[in-house]
Amino acid sequence: MTATDAAIEAIERLRAEHGPLAFFQSGGCCDGSLPICLEDGELPAGPGDVLLGAVAGAPFYVDSEQYARWGRPSFLLDMRPGAAEGFSLSLPDAHFVTGTAP
Amino acid sequence: MATAQQSTTFEAPGRAGSPVECKERYENFIGGHWVAPIDGEYRVNLTPATGQPICEVAHSGAQDIELALDAAHAAKDAWGEASTTERSQVLNAVADAIEENLEMLAVAESWENGKPVRETLAADIPLAADHFRYFADVIRAEEGRISEIDKDTVAYHFSEPLGVVGQIIPFNFPLLMAAWKIAPALAAGNCTVVKPASPTPWSILKLAELIQDILPPGVLNIVNGPGAETGKALASNKRIAKIAFTGETVTGRLIMQYAAQNIIPSTTELGGKSPNIFFEDIMAADDEFFDKAIEGLVLYAFNKGEVCTCPSRALIQESIYDEFMARCLERIGAIKQGHPLEQSTQLGPQVSSAQLEKIESYVQIGRDEGAELLIGGQRNMLPGELAGGYYYEPTVFKGTNDMRIFQEEIFGPVLAVTTFKDEREALQIANDTLYGLGAGVWSRDGSRAFRMGRAIKAGRVWTNCYHLYPAHAAFGGYKSSGVGRENHRMMLDHYSQTKCVLVSYDKNPMGFF
Repeated sequence: MTATDAAIEAIERLRAEHGPLAFFQSGGCCDGSLPICLEDGELPAGPGDVLLGAVAGAPFYVDSEQYARWGRPSFLLDMRPGAAEGFSLSLPDAHFVTGTAP
Repeated sequence: MATAQQSTTFEAPGRAGSPVECKERYENFIGGHWVAPIDGEYRVNLTPATGQPICEVAHSGAQDIELALDAAHAAKDAWGEASTTERSQVLNAVADAIEENLEMLAVAESWENGKPVRETLAADIPLAADHFRYFADVIRAEEGRISEIDKDTVAYHFSEPLGVVGQIIPFNFPLLMAAWKIAPALAAGNCTVVKPASPTPWSILKLAELIQDILPPGVLNIVNGPGAETGKALASNKRIAKIAFTGETVTGRLIMQYAAQNIIPSTTELGGKSPNIFFEDIMAADDEFFDKAIEGLVLYAFNKGEVCTCPSRALIQESIYDEFMARCLERIGAIKQGHPLEQSTQLGPQVSSAQLEKIESYVQIGRDEGAELLIGGQRNMLPGELAGGYYYEPTVFKGTNDMRIFQEEIFGPVLAVTTFKDEREALQIANDTLYGLGAGVWSRDGSRAFRMGRAIKAGRVWTNCYHLYPAHAAFGGYKSSGVGRENHRMMLDHYSQTKCVLVSYDKNPMGFF
């Protein structure tokens, strides 16, 4: 689990506003495939969640079956322009995405 | 090759000659009035056709949700007590208003979402009207049940409204998905607070303008804003009696958790990765049915693939793969992509730049994992004012079901194709997915189609058809595709509380004390 400088900076800014954060990799409709950034504790990790590591102190979880079906990639947390379209916390002008680390 | 046809392009909303008037700024619709967001914040709403602004819409917060809930609670007793005849008349009047303004709503929907106007004229808007009409009809035919427990004891079962419900709408069919949620809720006597999707906040406000004098104030309230703030404030609110959500899986879990914390019901529709299965007998003749099967595969590009049930995995029997795929690729190559308001356009832009980028990243993943690109695979850079739009070419990969492009919903015009040897393998591949929302089966052998239909773990198995959404057919998911159903009169149960009045007509005491 790694992150770009832009993602780390975004986490720091959001943490200053919201407190501790956690990420859950999403799937399915609409914003599926994006990481959802929440205030830590907003969604308790379930027995099916795998903790992949922490990004700038924020834990990053993925559903174990989803992780297996994706081929257990190494994730790279990055930023793209535009605020998040769903329930994820984001900057006003940029949202989180997960790519696959080289 | 696409056939040349008479075609016109509607003027964009707000321009002279357009069927859609467009104000510079839209407030929230609360209690039958247009109400400015308390913090006074707005955000610019773009059209994906050009990337240019349509208008500004409210950027609301938790306080605005509270205002909407105040209005809904003030309206709920009178609306809940209105006779089913009265509620039916109101819903039919909504349907009438939609039908009378079909072209206006179709153009607004197309311009905001990017879907071709030929789809909104023929599908989205007529289906939305029909949904209101369907629930206007079935509510009048509802009846409670009476259970005769013994000769002196009777259980009377009544359906009662839940009260005020919260409904969160996705961006892919902004008006039709709103109709799916609002019509049954209102028919059953509930009031609702609706949070539209952030990329498509506006077309439903054009509908609200049409029906603001039809609905009693407070029965329908619409509040726009970001999901993390406005959506959360609604979904986690103690003053709703139910929450309905369509979207991705993590937010689906969050919604169900909020519902658990407040001890209220929820329904969630969370997408899929729907298999579309083509058996060799479809090629027994080169006839209308075979033509229908080709169209059935190409329907992955319907609404630019932004459909929860997008048939994004095509499973084709090995023996017909080459010939069938050649015919399908010919049809895909002829898809006309362009201005969504041009009536002959078949494929418009993706809803947002974020969605476009997601598609690009999945196509790169497909290339990296060794899938064979059969067509497309890049953005479609269109000239003129469309240069700023989010257009992606219809794309097909051939690969295997263990690849990521077969496992995750891309939400774009990207098809992943693989082959199978026999019925057993087709079923195994079809069910080898986290999701279970839709599926398609194509065969001239009715028995085989029936066996497959029963064995596929999905809530909707289209058999020798695809992408039909009649109001009288239940829709919803198995597995990670969510919990609950939409459509069909069974929805009235999802939006009702059951009251049992248990009456003894026996004058004698029980005899315990």
